[in-house]
Amino acid sequence: MSLNEPRIQTPPSGAAAGTVPPAKIRVLVCEGTGCVSSKSPEIRAALEKAAQEFGLGDRVEVGFTGCHGFCQKGPIVVVEPEGIFYCRVSPKDAKDIAESHLVGGEPVKRLFYRHPVTKEVVPYYRDIMFYKKQQRVILRNCGKINPEKISDYEAHEGYQALRKAVTTMTPAQVVEEVRRSGLRGRGGAGFAAAIKWDVCRKQPGKVKYVICNADEGDPGAFMDRSILEADPHIVLEGLSLLGFAIGARKGFIYCRAEYPLAVKRVRIALQQACEKGYLGERILGSDFDFDIDIFEGAGAFVCGEETALIGSIEGSRGMPRSRPPFPAEKGLWGKPTVINNVKTLASVPVIINQGADWFASIGTENSKGTAVFALTGKIANSGLVEVPMGTPLSTIIYEIGGGIPNKKSFKAVQTGGPSGGCLPGSLLELPIDFDSLKEAGSMMGSGGLVVMDDDTCIVDVAHFFLSFTQSESCGKCVPCRVGTRHMVALLDKIRTGKGTEADLAKLEKLAHMVKQGSLCGLGQTAPNPVLTALRYFRSEFIAHVVDRRCPAAACRDLVTFRIIPERCTGCQMCVKVCPTKAITGPRAQAHNLDQAKCIKCRSCYEICRFDAVAGDAIIMVS
Amino acid sequence: MTAKAETDVLDKTRERRKEVIPLLQKAQEVQGYLTPDAIQTISQTLKVSENEIYGVATFYSQFRFRPPGKYNIKVCLGTACHVGGGQNFMEVMKTDKNLDHGETSPDGKFSLERVACLGCCALAPVVVVNEEVHGRMNRVTFTKLLESIDPPPPAEVVPDTPASKG
Repeated sequence: MSLNEPRIQTPPSGAAAGTVPPAKIRVLVCEGTGCVSSKSPEIRAALEKAAQEFGLGDRVEVGFTGCHGFCQKGPIVVVEPEGIFYCRVSPKDAKDIAESHLVGGEPVKRLFYRHPVTKEVVPYYRDIMFYKKQQRVILRNCGKINPEKISDYEAHEGYQALRKAVTTMTPAQVVEEVRRSGLRGRGGAGFAAAIKWDVCRKQPGKVKYVICNADEGDPGAFMDRSILEADPHIVLEGLSLLGFAIGARKGFIYCRAEYPLAVKRVRIALQQACEKGYLGERILGSDFDFDIDIFEGAGAFVCGEETALIGSIEGSRGMPRSRPPFPAEKGLWGKPTVINNVKTLASVPVIINQGADWFASIGTENSKGTAVFALTGKIANSGLVEVPMGTPLSTIIYEIGGGIPNKKSFKAVQTGGPSGGCLPGSLLELPIDFDSLKEAGSMMGSGGLVVMDDDTCIVDVAHFFLSFTQSESCGKCVPCRVGTRHMVALLDKIRTGKGTEADLAKLEKLAHMVKQGSLCGLGQTAPNPVLTALRYFRSEFIAHVVDRRCPAAACRDLVTFRIIPERCTGCQMCVKVCPTKAITGPRAQAHNLDQAKCIKCRSCYEICRFDAVAGDAIIMVS
Repeated sequence: MTAKAETDVLDKTRERRKEVIPLLQKAQEVQGYLTPDAIQTISQTLKVSENEIYGVATFYSQFRFRPPGKYNIKVCLGTACHVGGGQNFMEVMKTDKNLDHGETSPDGKFSLERVACLGCCALAPVVVVNEEVHGRMNRVTFTKLLESIDPPPPAEVVPDTPASKG
């Protein structure tokens, strides 16, 4: 398919690429982590069996792809070439799909995607609103190709950029092309990729290293995992191009051990690339030698920081070092090293193939290309979203994400994980790119986008993020190690209704100290969630410390649960789920809740959905 | 020492040192946790002191020093799971099985871990039992999941669990 038209185009990508004869129907089951956890390999087996039973063996090919990014609707099955999109498929549905759709030509309507608001059915992949507004450059092959087959990747312009670079370009030209494209590192801070590359390229010495940072530790972000699972070769190609550009012969992929499927697919890809001569000695007839090792991280968030990651590969505790010297001058084992994020590297092949100008035509003045977000939280459509830089938050949340479900309203969106901040509704029209987010007090980070509704308490969220960074602090520098600990203690005080206004001032002062005094990115950005929360949602903090109440009714120590007798139908659902037997009452009569026994676990609140007209009978009040 | 010899020695040390984390991972994969013997063997093989190896192993959350239960339960407390109420599952484990993060029940049946993010945020809240991911959980489905693994009669329950949930 042509990359000039990178929007989702379902048919007839496979056919045009010449991998299958056009008449063949392809049934593609998603096998990313999300769908695998909902039993998609069983669905594939069932579909294969059903296709056999109906004698469709020669007409139909059952295959699998990586993640489509719409994990919430998983397991996903796509039927090509017409591009029918089935969601929440179970193995039992395989027979229906085979009988009605593949034999009878009548697609199975009950498995179609439904618009979250209008409830209208949407049979085709290309018509689904979630995909319509996206522009997929980095994720362009995800969900389209079989990640375990190198031929699929080759059919989608795979390894052509590498061929072009090693046979027709000099390393300096590759760096120049990347510089002109304006590519900025997708790992968080948005540092211009070409500057690092150029510094490293100009370092003397023969031994240099390149590293792909796939230690995606940010809670709430999973795009790197999806790319590695769905399109591992694109990362290998990007890393090889980087190796070629700076003159390295050895690359590492540092992947989280929590992502076993990604590790497995990368290993398969590495082996195939070696067999095909895209890795190894004298690649594609040039004099460029390059090979890649995969290194499994052992679970430390701080190892996403480049100097800590280097320490981890060297076999030490993953603790950051002070910079300078920067890794581009003195990195792994003291040699010049460039470390780039998965998404940065995945952008490189397309820049070389399509040219820097094409890439630079997407995005805003200072942030080029697209941004990938993991849209989760209280949102109708959650999953991976790729949009041009500069797209307003509202487009992502309301048009792609389909808005806030369950008749709740939007409260905040948290961008950039524990290093980012919570942005309020007044900033919904903010065009997001590296700089605008920074100005708003947040950051791009690794691209987590967690939407919160009015049931989410900002103090609780700030406490959550800070507890995370506090426990992941490596302990090397005092501001981060001690500062974050005191900040968590202060937030805990506020959350439990024991805080005072003086505590708010203390918290703010401490946050600035940690931000300014910490050694690495972890500590320097850790206070962001607190600072943005104080900046945009101060009234909520005031409510906690002055009125001793939690407006979102989420902070456990400040809420009580009540049953509204007029609404209670006496269905006994809450009686059954209550772990402490605090709720009593016979069937068909309003129940009683014994406050002394209530542990405020929310079980009853969550299950009380009986009378949709009157609303929930159990409420939380603060 | 010549410059060449010096680099050779350094290279060899590096090569050995690089294997610390992969070997620890291997040892844990085989035995389920890191035994003092495993650490000693790694130390002797790589010529890196046991002290240092403990230092490395304790830094990373992947490594455990106690045997996991037959059912190792990982509760995801990433952002999306937190917002979705993942903390509830930790509480259920505390009240029902008397387990906290990093603990194994005395009968060796259950162990509990709290993890930061498993990257299945669209399925939040998520619980993993022995590598099998269970998404979109709530307190009720979680309790059912536990029951399916360890069915009552309550006589089966570990002696010192206070909550025999009747």
